[in-house]
Amino acid sequence: MSLQDFMNNAMSAWMSQEGPDSDIVLSSRVRLARNIEQFRFPTLASEEEFQNILTLFEEQFSNQTFPDIGSFVLLKMSELEPVQKRVLVEKHLISPSLAEDSAFSGCLLSVNEEVSIMVNEEDHIRIQCLFPGLQVKEALEVAGRLDDWIEKEVDYAFDENRGYLTSCPTNVGTGMRASVMMHLPALALTKQMNRIVPAINQLGLVVRGIYGEGSEALGNLFQISNQITLGKSEEDIAEDLLSVVQQLIAQERSAREAVLQASKIQLEDRIYRSYGILSNSRIIESKETARCLSDVRLGIDLGLIQNVSKNILNELMILTQPGFLQQYSGTGLTPDERDIRRAALIRERLKMEIDGG
Amino acid sequence: MICQECHERPATFHFTKVVNGEKAEVHICEHCAKENSNMMVFGSDGGFSINSLLSGLLNFETKLGKSDASSMYRAEEVRQCPRCKMTFREFGKAGRFGCPDCYRTFKSEITPILRKVHSGNTAHGGKIPKRIGGSIHLQKKMEELKKQMQHHISQEEFEKAAELRDEIKAIVREMNADRGEEA
Repeated sequence: MSLQDFMNNAMSAWMSQEGPDSDIVLSSRVRLARNIEQFRFPTLASEEEFQNILTLFEEQFSNQTFPDIGSFVLLKMSELEPVQKRVLVEKHLISPSLAEDSAFSGCLLSVNEEVSIMVNEEDHIRIQCLFPGLQVKEALEVAGRLDDWIEKEVDYAFDENRGYLTSCPTNVGTGMRASVMMHLPALALTKQMNRIVPAINQLGLVVRGIYGEGSEALGNLFQISNQITLGKSEEDIAEDLLSVVQQLIAQERSAREAVLQASKIQLEDRIYRSYGILSNSRIIESKETARCLSDVRLGIDLGLIQNVSKNILNELMILTQPGFLQQYSGTGLTPDERDIRRAALIRERLKMEIDGG
Repeated sequence: MICQECHERPATFHFTKVVNGEKAEVHICEHCAKENSNMMVFGSDGGFSINSLLSGLLNFETKLGKSDASSMYRAEEVRQCPRCKMTFREFGKAGRFGCPDCYRTFKSEITPILRKVHSGNTAHGGKIPKRIGGSIHLQKKMEELKKQMQHHISQEEFEKAAELRDEIKAIVREMNADRGEEA
């Protein structure tokens, strides 16, 4: 299989689209947690209850078509190979825990992979919509319609005062978690994140770096999400998140501008060194990959690197994870072998870009 | 921000600890957070989860020995969810409830916890499922009317109270009719 073929299979359709503010926001996600009134929560549910829920999804929703989304297929975790499950996790379509407790769990996946509905995870149902760029409201709108669609067939566990009842009280109320994945290299470079994160926490939002084995944010990627699910409407939660994200976008843009003005040659040097590592190395660890990809993406966004498409960061972040590397190689790999394969894949991908352009 | 524990790695976990009404900010790195499992409770896999943090919060509460905490402790000895048989102690360990009825069973215990986790909020302010939404809206309206009626009665405004009584009766009829349709 050629790399192009592999990528076509590996990349979700949404990844190759460019969303609003995609120079800084990689993706927006909305998740709604729901449970079915007649069954106990997954903490205590019996095998029979799990099976009933999975069967309900198979019969009522699998192979159905939904307006603007397309058709859905139900993937039963028990029928997938470990590496296939790992790939779904690496594409953020399912959670690691859904893949682990896979005897009765499943995922109702839309063909374009924008929507995945996890079945028998921590809650019976978790509707997840993933959009490119800053599209929190769009993701919420789609999640809401899917919620109505499912509600036609099942009685949700709902309480007038507490809202949607979830297995964990941290999700009760709207059951909604909205998050935005941001690339903030200039704020990280100018050490402003340490000042910004506590301020965001005070607004009821959480900032998570995507952490590697060490302690720095991997690839300068940060996920901002709501912490509170009770007391506010879905729209207000989305609005609060959006206003903070928009401020962060503005701050990142001015930090990029400032760095470019103050030390353009140093920044160029750093970006081209990273590009050099990616296009020439023979052995590369995931941490170094993330750091270099972040620099190269910044170089593309600033117009310093022009022959490489912006999606390369999103793509390579996904493609160079252990599950994908193993799937691409068609074999299990030791960590050392993975570092060699990773370097080869990145070189091949970058060469493709130059040949194509 | 540098980790408070090792003073080497950048802090990646940030918490606000409230002990006896006093706030303390905690900033530590992932490595020290794992080491310091008595400070924060981590999952068996070594990874951080909100459930384990929550269960830490609950255990912490029971250890405090404050009046509300000790009454919670007594209540957990006896109370059990009639539907799924989960006790409050078991909830404390798992950080997750067993069934939708647990929210009603442990209402008095869960309310202060919800307040902490959701910035003081305890009442849902979002979407209402369409199918059961109708009767909830009517129920809410009726409760409001009843409150107003009581107010008029206490003010000896009996004519106004009678008007509201008729409105309430109409809503009850409407709700009964809805139930009839469903059956």
